[in-house]
Amino acid sequence: MSDTTHHVVPVRVYLLVFASLLVLTYLTVAISYVDLGVFNALVAMAIAVTKAMAVILWFMHVKYSTRLTKLCVGGGFLWLMFLFALTMMDYISRNWKF
Amino acid sequence: MSSHSAHATAGHPAALLHQFDTADQQKDASTLGMWLFLITEIMFFGGLFIAYIVYRNAYFDSFVAASHTLNIPLGTFNTTVLICSSLTMAMAVHSAQVGNRSRIVLFLVLTLILGAAFLGVKVIEYADKFEHHHVPGPSFQFTEGGNPKNAELFFSLYFGMTGLHALHMIIGAGILLVLIFNASKGWYTPEYYTPVEMFGLYWHFVDIVWIFLFPLLYLLGGHLPPGSGGH
Amino acid sequence: MSTAIESKETRNYLNAGYDLKSWLLTLDHKRIGLLYLFSISFFFLLGGLFAVGIRLELLTPPGDLFQSETYNKLFTMHGIIMVFFFLIPSIPAVIGNFLIPIMIGARDLAFPRLNLLSWYVFMVGGTLAISAALMGGIDTGWTFYTPYSSTYSNSNVMVTAVGVFITGFSSILTGLNFLVSIHRMRAPGMTWFRLPLFIWAHYATSLIMVLGTPVVAVTILLVGVERMFRIGIFDPALGGDPVLFQHLFWFYSHPAVYIMILPALGVMSEIISTFTRREVFGYKFVAFSSVAIAVLGFLVWGHHMFVSSQSVYASLVFSIITYLVGVPSAIKVFNWLATIYKGSVSFGTPMIYAFGFIGLFTVGGLTGLFLAAMGLDVHVHDTYFVVAHFHYIMVGGAIMGYLGAIHFWWPKMFGRMYPEVPAKTAAWLVFVGFNFTFFPQFLLGYLGMPRRYHQYPEEFQIFNVMSSIGASVLALGYALPVFYLVWSLKKGEIAGANPWGGTGLEWKTPSPPPTENFEETPVVTEPAYSYHKEEFELVKS
Repeated sequence: MSDTTHHVVPVRVYLLVFASLLVLTYLTVAISYVDLGVFNALVAMAIAVTKAMAVILWFMHVKYSTRLTKLCVGGGFLWLMFLFALTMMDYISRNWKF
Repeated sequence: MSSHSAHATAGHPAALLHQFDTADQQKDASTLGMWLFLITEIMFFGGLFIAYIVYRNAYFDSFVAASHTLNIPLGTFNTTVLICSSLTMAMAVHSAQVGNRSRIVLFLVLTLILGAAFLGVKVIEYADKFEHHHVPGPSFQFTEGGNPKNAELFFSLYFGMTGLHALHMIIGAGILLVLIFNASKGWYTPEYYTPVEMFGLYWHFVDIVWIFLFPLLYLLGGHLPPGSGGH
Repeated sequence: MSTAIESKETRNYLNAGYDLKSWLLTLDHKRIGLLYLFSISFFFLLGGLFAVGIRLELLTPPGDLFQSETYNKLFTMHGIIMVFFFLIPSIPAVIGNFLIPIMIGARDLAFPRLNLLSWYVFMVGGTLAISAALMGGIDTGWTFYTPYSSTYSNSNVMVTAVGVFITGFSSILTGLNFLVSIHRMRAPGMTWFRLPLFIWAHYATSLIMVLGTPVVAVTILLVGVERMFRIGIFDPALGGDPVLFQHLFWFYSHPAVYIMILPALGVMSEIISTFTRREVFGYKFVAFSSVAIAVLGFLVWGHHMFVSSQSVYASLVFSIITYLVGVPSAIKVFNWLATIYKGSVSFGTPMIYAFGFIGLFTVGGLTGLFLAAMGLDVHVHDTYFVVAHFHYIMVGGAIMGYLGAIHFWWPKMFGRMYPEVPAKTAAWLVFVGFNFTFFPQFLLGYLGMPRRYHQYPEEFQIFNVMSSIGASVLALGYALPVFYLVWSLKKGEIAGANPWGGTGLEWKTPSPPPTENFEETPVVTEPAYSYHKEEFELVKS
């Protein structure tokens, strides 16, 4: 129940997360110059999501938090997806003809 | 109140507020409150992101042309700065957890310096936009390809999103000053460091927003020749 | 609080301090609830005055009383004041603020200072909205549709928009405070399934406040920026898409309807179980239906946009999900009826409001299904059918719920009973007046009278006159409580701790409650609404 487990994340873990964030940043810059067609956007977003997950899980301690906190974070992004998906549903299908 | 005696002396920030029974309950409430606040922030930025997605799909070529005028090295540098500040922020919380008071101050100051560096670079980038008439408004000009009107939309969103992000950084810097002052007085201990931890969540959130803004705004169609347009 | 207390009976939150400072700087959720009560009552009066203008103009077919522009401003200000400054804060900020901590057995909300801040933020937003009205008003309709609002309107869009933007934060603060309090401040033994259904309803409401309000805030911000700097986010002339505005606006503003109605649904569960002396039938279904309405409510916004250029395939999906909202709404109505059936019903004023509510909410909900049908919606879109439908929900539902709640908890809030005869009279006036006002508008809309016009063909006059007469009766029904409730503050019969024989924690503390709500933290051992046989017999005899 309690959020206050006072979980101390070892410095080593922080440094590891930090290093991977930097590597992913330079990777996404490098990949943006390679022509992957429609996959450019997908890869860029996949890398961004991975980076965000790393920050959320370790820097923001969600990995060590209660189910409620995890539910909160998940719910927040789910609602963002509701906004994106249902709005795009309109734009994508606007010119469909059968 | 008789049955709910406060654990710390009144007036001290660590004092248990009257509506709570235990320090744990108080901290849990703060944590949940902070996360809910961050959810409102996600939704707030979400409105701008969906606008970006819609217009990026509608005016892809102009958006690529406009994106090409952004300075990728500066953007990459700023991303690095922000990730460093996230690390120093995480270390400040860590120092509070293990009770190293002077380290809390050190890492908070480092976070503030890195935040200021990010904003400084942002000023340089904005100044460049003014110079090239890439600021939306009556004097807007765009000759680098695509439809100027749609490129203006890109820059509207660019300024809207990075501006709102920068505003969050500025507010964060203000709160950091207060935290540094309090930390230097030795207020934060392994038993009580909720403000540092909560501010950490905020600062990391601002970092996450930038993690998405950077590829969306700077790296759009990097593989495409300038002004050519893709699809 | 450790100072000597002479008389335990008289020490309560009302006499804890009399100076202005003790009210304006109070951190007590009960006092903040009362601050909200006075503020929103004022806004209700203001919004009502604009409605008077509308009803007077529509008495006759030609637009003879107001210029068309003035009329546009009247219905816009009516909508903005009523929606953002009365309906959205009404039950949550007044009744919820007052009762949520008491009902869960806490001494206060989790963040009392944020709670006070929310009131100040609300007042700043409200002041801006009023000053916009004084500066000449705004004529965009409460929906602020672009590009009219962002480019062409010459009225005070900016001031009003800033006012609504700021008020949004008050709503967010309230919702956040409720969510944290319900999660973290419950008394020992108060498990999730022992919570009163009022709390479940407010939990669902708060979810919408927290998840939806920021989106409308950023949308209004964009309209403001577009207006100031002439950049085209929503203006088609500048490359923007006005339909995107509608998406973003309704992402909040459709769920906002559930911010108005869900708390009223929660109030109904409390009143009905108390006045039938029975446990609410299917407690868990009613509890989860609140959350289901809140969640589904976020997935249906496109049904406001069937006749915009929204893709017909998207409309189809929105239409289907809209029908699904009918399921949890119907669950509530059926479960209340099952509660009343074979219950020991007594017809106190709150129960009259409850009966009225069930009927009007059902009509409002069912006509909502009409509007969710894409084909029919094309016919009645932007007609008085829509106006009647949402007034059945927002006035027939939300305000009936609000008035029922005010009467039900009045003895708790002020320690005195309201007089029963004038209260019943007012309740009947509201019900009859409401139906006379808004039922003819269904007919008008179906016959094709569009909303937001100040003149109309002669054949519509009979219905409009009926509507205006009904509105006068309704106004009388709303004015009456002001007099007898104020009267009751001094002259009303002293109410005991539990005048209705209710089972909730709020009835286990004195009326009015002490500042700390309870002498000692209550321990909960029973589910909500545990009306026992003995007690049942006692009340009967």
